[in-house]
Amino acid sequence: MGETLTLLFGQTIQMFLVLLVAPAITGITRRTRARFMRRQGAPVIQPYRDLSKLVRKESVVAENASWLFRSAPYAILAFTWVAAALVPTFASGLMFNWAADAVALVALLGAARALLALAGMDVGTSFGGIGSSREMMIATLAEPAMLLVVLTMALSAGTTRLPEVAEFLISAPVTVRVSLGLALVALVIVALAENARIPVDNPATHLELTMVHEAMVLEYSGRHLAMIEAAAQLKLVLYISLIVCLFLPFGMAPADAGSGAWLTGIAAYLVKLAFGAVLLGVWEVSIAKMRVFRVGEFLGGAFVFAFLAILLAFLTREVLK
Amino acid sequence: MTGVDFSAAPQLAGLLAAILLYGVAAGFAAIFHRRRGALATVYPVCIAAAAMAAVADLAELIADTSTGFRLPLGLPIIGLYVRLDALSAFFGLIVNVGVLTAAIYGVGLDRNRDLTARVEPFFPAFAVAMNLVLLAGDAFGFLFSWELMSLTSWVLVVSRHKDADSRHAGHVYLVMAAIGTASLLFAFGGLAGAAGNYAFDAIRAAPPGPIVSGLVLAGTIFGAGSKAGIAPLHAWLPLAHPAAPSHVSALMSGVMTKVAIYGLIRIVFDLLGTPVWWWALPFLLLGAVTAVLGLLYAVLDGDLKRVLAYSTVENIGIIFVGLGLALAFKASGLAAAAAVAMAATLLHCLNHSWFKSLLFLGAGAVLHATGRRDFGGLGGLIHRMPVTAALWLVGAMSISALPPFNGFVSEWLLFQAVLAGPAFPEPVLRFMSPAVGAMLALAAALAAACFVRAFGIVYLGRPRSSAAAEAHETARPQQVAMALLAGLCLLGGLFGGVTVSAIQPLLQMLAGAPLPAAGTGPTPFSLIAFDAARSIYDAPTIALFLLISGTLTALLVHRISSRRTRLGPAWDCGFPEPSPLTQYSASSFSQPLRRVYGTTLFGASEIIDMPQPGDSRPARLTVRLQDYLWELLYAAPAAAVIGLSERLNTLQFLTIRRYLMLVFSALIVLLLIAAVWF
Repeated sequence: MGETLTLLFGQTIQMFLVLLVAPAITGITRRTRARFMRRQGAPVIQPYRDLSKLVRKESVVAENASWLFRSAPYAILAFTWVAAALVPTFASGLMFNWAADAVALVALLGAARALLALAGMDVGTSFGGIGSSREMMIATLAEPAMLLVVLTMALSAGTTRLPEVAEFLISAPVTVRVSLGLALVALVIVALAENARIPVDNPATHLELTMVHEAMVLEYSGRHLAMIEAAAQLKLVLYISLIVCLFLPFGMAPADAGSGAWLTGIAAYLVKLAFGAVLLGVWEVSIAKMRVFRVGEFLGGAFVFAFLAILLAFLTREVLK
Repeated sequence: MTGVDFSAAPQLAGLLAAILLYGVAAGFAAIFHRRRGALATVYPVCIAAAAMAAVADLAELIADTSTGFRLPLGLPIIGLYVRLDALSAFFGLIVNVGVLTAAIYGVGLDRNRDLTARVEPFFPAFAVAMNLVLLAGDAFGFLFSWELMSLTSWVLVVSRHKDADSRHAGHVYLVMAAIGTASLLFAFGGLAGAAGNYAFDAIRAAPPGPIVSGLVLAGTIFGAGSKAGIAPLHAWLPLAHPAAPSHVSALMSGVMTKVAIYGLIRIVFDLLGTPVWWWALPFLLLGAVTAVLGLLYAVLDGDLKRVLAYSTVENIGIIFVGLGLALAFKASGLAAAAAVAMAATLLHCLNHSWFKSLLFLGAGAVLHATGRRDFGGLGGLIHRMPVTAALWLVGAMSISALPPFNGFVSEWLLFQAVLAGPAFPEPVLRFMSPAVGAMLALAAALAAACFVRAFGIVYLGRPRSSAAAEAHETARPQQVAMALLAGLCLLGGLFGGVTVSAIQPLLQMLAGAPLPAAGTGPTPFSLIAFDAARSIYDAPTIALFLLISGTLTALLVHRISSRRTRLGPAWDCGFPEPSPLTQYSASSFSQPLRRVYGTTLFGASEIIDMPQPGDSRPARLTVRLQDYLWELLYAAPAAAVIGLSERLNTLQFLTIRRYLMLVFSALIVLLLIAAVWF
């Protein structure tokens, strides 16, 4: 019973840790971009200020918006948050990790995306439609690629449960495998696309026909927008966590290590997150945004990489344990 | 032929009584088709019969008694052999729950507007035929009821016979059904063998040899596959399913395709003997291609009911992949993996029957409320039809395989089965399984795009026609029917583990093993594919966490934030345009997808006609799509047949001398053949 409580406690820490750290990660990325562009940039805590400002402001809702428009932000945040709880961050084998595996994680993110796309279409404006339509096109390529990456990792470890995959990768002798390398490339491309980063989408534009995510959420304001922003920041943390959990699992506390090891685990996790955020910022200033119809080729590349990865994993007969 | 002991098989007796009740309803409606009051009793009687049949099916599924007897009906002396086992009962449950909800929907139909006298006698007859296919214990009974099922549903498809599209749909359907039944006839011929014993028990006792069984497999895939809607035999489906009245569309798409899958499972997994690994190849190949192709058709189409029919094609593809994996695992001696694949297949049959019926009934409600089913005339119905919209959203999320609804459960199991692929001894299968997995992943993502588009265009945004702006909520019985199905979608999603435990005997029978670790999870509702350390999905926990985190956030935000909400005009980047035509339309929504996927597969091209400055005519954008499959496999053979018959037509107008000469030369040729042959 005491052990269960500890695990529950750890799970609670994880759920609130990812939620609380998420705006800072976005802040670090923005700050890095600004510094590389020789601008001063907003402080790292600016996203927190933005969120609290948005929550305090009144919400302007279009006259013909339906209940879906108003409830979608909370549902999107809930789906993203639960998905984030499934990714092992500072310790593996927490209370809630067993409840669903990596396939379910992809599906939860898919549900959040579908709701966001529907919310974008609710008011019936051309911008909302353009965003939803492009988002779903991007998703039809990114989601299968992500699923294949997850399945490749699952094949190597013999399980689709993320904590077990991470455990396996910590304990297994480090060998460079081609399939894992391909999977990493594919996952990074998917992460860029899913988080609406350059070169797929530009999180800093408005009033441009190139935008995707921003076009969908154009009608939102006040607390609803705050929920959507928080969900987007959470999703970025989720993807960075997923990448580090699968490819840089070092420093993560093992399942049986107890709460003492958590502190070092948390420290390692935060360092890795910050590192990922800085890398993302550097990447974004060093590349130009693509035309929307080039995105298909870019993500098609991710799909092909992911497919090659899983094919290699199958053909080399890395049979399940 | 007397002395049938009904008390020994109460479930089967109950089902036969229910079928009799359906039959009475059909006969009654046929006799009194001119009296409106009499016709009004048909659907309530169907509800009673369907409920009775569903209970009997459920009882058999749990008890697993597997009984059968000869009825003194049908062919003289031989009689009709009926039997009921867990497989028939499982599909019987699909059929009768489908009929139940369709009949509840039928109660609410507007008797003044909807054609009834042409529908109501055949609706129960269709239910009779589908139930009889499942109960048939010999080839004669199977083929007879199969044909009855085709014909009764054909009558329902052409019930709007004054409409040219309906007639065309009926024509294509009839041709495809005839070819399919002929192909099944050959398959059963091969199964019966030289001895000609066509009772299922006798066939099972003496399965055919390797070559014959290959031919039987081909005949079955063609015959049952065309009825189910596997590509490239799917062409009749998007024509015929939408042409029928909506509650019949629900039955045809949600339920009749499953009866076809039953035929496939019955023959391939039960009668055909020990499987060989290459039997799986056509299933995997056809299934994976169908899954993606069906959705690409769906996502580019502009008609609500046709989109749903194409999506049925996709789901049949998924079911085929599941069957293929189950066959391959079974043939390779991997019984546990075969059980996982089979569980995914059966669950997907069940799930698809629920959400597809729900979506078709919702489409019927929209059609009735607005008179339109083209996306160009719909929109904004969430305000006018809130109940239908909410229930349809459940169906759309289920079919897009999004948790916590039921579509995800079967999808999840199928991916687990794909992951067992490296254990295949055959390199071909080892190569096929990741390819199939990639196609399934693509199909899942496309399904989400397709149904976001369908829901968004029909229910969200602003109305695109006055009919949509003045729509009314559908009648109470129709809401009840849809709510029932939506409830099943949610429960099936939450308690997939329980469903799997219930079909364990069936998995033992079809795959050779039950699911190894069902019921060993941390909670009684955990769904476990192989063992808990390898893969687990606990839907109630996930749903609970979703609920808690969602409500908690909403409460918290409402507590700390300003709760002020101001209604205003849409922002739209400062330039809101009052005309609803400026919204994204269905074809603009699918334009990025058309560019990415459609250019090679459908030869999609856009022709832009931009007038010169000063010219006041409107600019036009024309999109051209080509259906290569239809042109190559349907239009070309049809043209060849017509051309040939016109050539032969001259034979009608010969003189008597020429006819005599033809008869004489035919005689000579036949005699020559006989002389050489013997």
